[in-house]
Amino acid sequence: MKTSIIVFPGTKCEKDMAMDVEKISGRKANMIWHKETDIGNPDIIILPGGFSYGDYLRCGAMAAHSPIMQEVIKKAKNGTKILGVCNGFQMLVETKLLPGALLHNRTLKFICKQVNLRTETNNSPFTQNMNKGDIIKVPIAHGEGNYFADEKTIKTLEDNDRIAFKYCNEKGEIDEESNPNGSINNIAGIFSEDKKILGMMPHPENSILDYQANQNGKSLFEGILKEIA
Amino acid sequence: MKVTVKIMLKNGVLDPQGKAIEHALGGLGFEGVGEVRQGKVITLEMEDGMDKEEVHAQVVRMCESLLANPVIEDYDIEII
Repeated sequence: MKTSIIVFPGTKCEKDMAMDVEKISGRKANMIWHKETDIGNPDIIILPGGFSYGDYLRCGAMAAHSPIMQEVIKKAKNGTKILGVCNGFQMLVETKLLPGALLHNRTLKFICKQVNLRTETNNSPFTQNMNKGDIIKVPIAHGEGNYFADEKTIKTLEDNDRIAFKYCNEKGEIDEESNPNGSINNIAGIFSEDKKILGMMPHPENSILDYQANQNGKSLFEGILKEIA
Repeated sequence: MKVTVKIMLKNGVLDPQGKAIEHALGGLGFEGVGEVRQGKVITLEMEDGMDKEEVHAQVVRMCESLLANPVIEDYDIEII
């Protein structure tokens, strides 16, 4: 698996991602600084979490309009898989590769904790190693992860099996109490129309290595690897 | 030429910062305060002598592509 991880000023989760990619695929990820113009020819591009450009204007907005991102958009349109986590998800909605927007958490608090996610579909390159309904506990760490889109967009996502994960309780029930940030329909992650792009607020890359709280994020990365191998 | 762009969250989009300000004003004893919404103002200094309509069209493009997120925000342009 050839992986390119894009690094912006203010990105902070790129090393976690790189360690996971190497552990799971056995190949080192290619770290691409935002000023570089050549992304190479990766199987997957990862937009990691952090606070690119200090979250100026809107989270992910400055990164979304940077020159390297124009290359990412070109690759996406040619079918390269893209995973955007946290700030990476914010970039994907700002570039319009994914629909909707991420608003301030309804409590206005930065929330850093383990949450339960329910897998909404295994019909995607990312979730193919999981079962629909699987509950995985992974961490979130964000101040602006409140997923918003108009009614029509939400319906399109729901009707077309484009919701990847929803925040749920331990039993897998989708309820208000399990919704950490106010996201519509408890949405934690969504796919593009062709399912080749996944954007999600939770951090599966922080649930992989042996010293981390759990290894629930593994199946996601293994799914991507299986797709590419 | 000075351009002022006012950006506000669209009606119906939850504005928790506005809500927090509303509660704080109530806590300070200000009465009769209804809904409070918070936005941002961006000012641009454009070259003097440019055509006003052209500047307006250009600022609309700036708003649509970067300054505002049309999914959640409305913008208002004033040119002085």
